[in-house]
Amino acid sequence: MKNEFTCIVCPMSCVLTVEEQNGEITVLGNGCKRGKEFGKNEFINPKRMVTTTVKVTGSHLNRLPVISTEELPLDHLFAYMHELYQVVLEAPVEKGQIIIENIGGSGVDIVASRSLNQIESKKERA
Amino acid sequence: MKELKIDVAVIGGGPAGLAAAIEAKDQGAEQVMILERDVELGGILQQCIHDGFGLHRFGKRLSGCGYAHHFIESVASKEIDVKLKTIVLEITDQRIIYAMNEIDGMMRIECGAIILAMGCRERTRSQVFIWGTRPSGVLTAGTVQRYINMEGYLPGEKAVILGSGDIGLIMARRMTLEGIEVEGVYEVMESPGGLTRNISQCLKDFQIPMYLSTTVVRIHGNRKLEGVTVAQVDENRQPIEGTERYIACDLLVLAVGLIPENELSRQLEVEMDPRTKGPIVDEHFMTSMPGIFAAGNVVTVFDLVDYVSLTGEIAGRGAAKYLQGKLNLELPAKDILPGDAVNFVVPQRIRTANAEDSILIYFRVKEEMRKVEVTATVDGEVCMRKKHPIALPPEMMVEKIQVGKIQEDARELRVSVKVG
Ligand SMILES: Cc1cc2nc3c(=O)[nH]c(=O)nc-3n(C[C@H](O)[C@H](O)[C@H](O)COP(=O)(O)OP(=O)(O)OC[C@H]3O[C@@H](n4cnc5c(N)ncnc54)[C@H](O)[C@@H]3O)c2cc1C
Ligand code: SF4
Repeated sequence: MKNEFTCIVCPMSCVLTVEEQNGEITVLGNGCKRGKEFGKNEFINPKRMVTTTVKVTGSHLNRLPVISTEELPLDHLFAYMHELYQVVLEAPVEKGQIIIENIGGSGVDIVASRSLNQIESKKERA
Repeated sequence: MKELKIDVAVIGGGPAGLAAAIEAKDQGAEQVMILERDVELGGILQQCIHDGFGLHRFGKRLSGCGYAHHFIESVASKEIDVKLKTIVLEITDQRIIYAMNEIDGMMRIECGAIILAMGCRERTRSQVFIWGTRPSGVLTAGTVQRYINMEGYLPGEKAVILGSGDIGLIMARRMTLEGIEVEGVYEVMESPGGLTRNISQCLKDFQIPMYLSTTVVRIHGNRKLEGVTVAQVDENRQPIEGTERYIACDLLVLAVGLIPENELSRQLEVEMDPRTKGPIVDEHFMTSMPGIFAAGNVVTVFDLVDYVSLTGEIAGRGAAKYLQGKLNLELPAKDILPGDAVNFVVPQRIRTANAEDSILIYFRVKEEMRKVEVTATVDGEVCMRKKHPIALPPEMMVEKIQVGKIQEDARELRVSVKVG
């Protein structure tokens, strides 16, 4: 079996040709070693980084951007999103703070991708 | 009016400005100040929550805000002055900045050197010329991005995207994940405007169709957008009769390109390049005005933040050298020119005696080409050749050239791309 993918790991967008012969997978066209791994994964079980926002109160922004610590199976993306929609946080939040541990039993965490301070007026009231 | 005197002023606190300020400070400039009109540093990156930033620089897949965080922390650790909610109104050729904010009021800032890092802004409906009414619900992709990712509200339920620039593609995915139905992406040109990787991960992953050589010809609805009419176009980008199709939608997202934000540069009358729509810069990203530098998307739309940071560093280094009297501006500058199949080059000038050992030249090709060879020639003599499997207009290309290969008395350096 043979398939073509565009490597999305970096903006070089190398076109990868992935072929399986006797259980062995070969990748051609990759500009670097990350592309080889991507090509193999894309063939077997496509994965993506998950990035979205969750609700946050008490900061100058209403949403906190979050990112997965590793790639997650694309198939379950909407299930992960659903779990993330339930989250409501209160500022302050530190970059890297775990928002959901082991999301959907995947072994991967979702963490804050920036810090958010508490707004001044809120601090005073507290 | 408050009067200040500083060494280096950086206008704009996006990735270009942050990198420039850090580098100027590291290279010995004492008083470095960033003037940023927003409430926080980071520029456009703060609304880019998706990953794909900094793989080459940090070896990690960061979100835009994660990438910015590294530089913001670094600025915080370095005694760099940051003035937020501060808008720069005017710059003079004597390197005087007029700026204002709530706390200081009007300020007159005398600067040793200035780095322009105002970024770019999106083209709007008036620049693409669509017929019809002017209802609400017609927004640029960047605005939609800010609404959804920072302010936290959804501007519609069913969207049509006009233009296949990267921001539009990213927003196609983003809106889908947030429950907005994306009907399709319409691109007037024959080929997509965005990067292949974004078409793959933002459209194909979600089965969002893209229609090439098709555009929005009419907007419907009086107060609120009710729908759009799309039609295919011919070679001259004229709508083909009989191909019109009506699509009901309450959101039209424009992703029709970016233009460098150069009101200040134009006022200042630095020499501009009509091809890049930004100031002409030399090997240190200094504009035609001594001591005034430019970096990042204000010079030309770079797309890639890694390149933006690099140009910031070059300009920051240049500003420090300028203050230390290490740049000899009496020397004649050689032109760096776009050759065959090349749309523009950045930088456009070089004084070899001032340059470092090598120089990076950024350029874009005019059309898609496969199996290409890039050559750089000095007065017609080849000084660098490099082969690439593909060259695409949406993807900025960059080549390194050894400055030692450019003779003192040479007049020009030219970058060309050809098949073979
Ligand atoms: C939607 C979108 C998606 C992107 N996706 C990617 C990606 O996946 N990967 C990637 O590598 N790159 C990506 N980029 C590109 C990258 O974000 C930009 O190239 C980068 O942010 C440009 O940096 P800059 O510092 O030149 O400009 P900006 O980030 O725009 O910063 C300019 C700053 O200057 C300030 N300013 C302007 N005028 C004034 C004034 N008069 N006074 C005071 N302050 C002023 C502005 O407020 C702003 O903060 C994306 C860009 C966008 C818009
Ligand atoms: S193969 Fe390597 S260089 Fe090519 S797109 Fe993938 S990560 Fe980038």
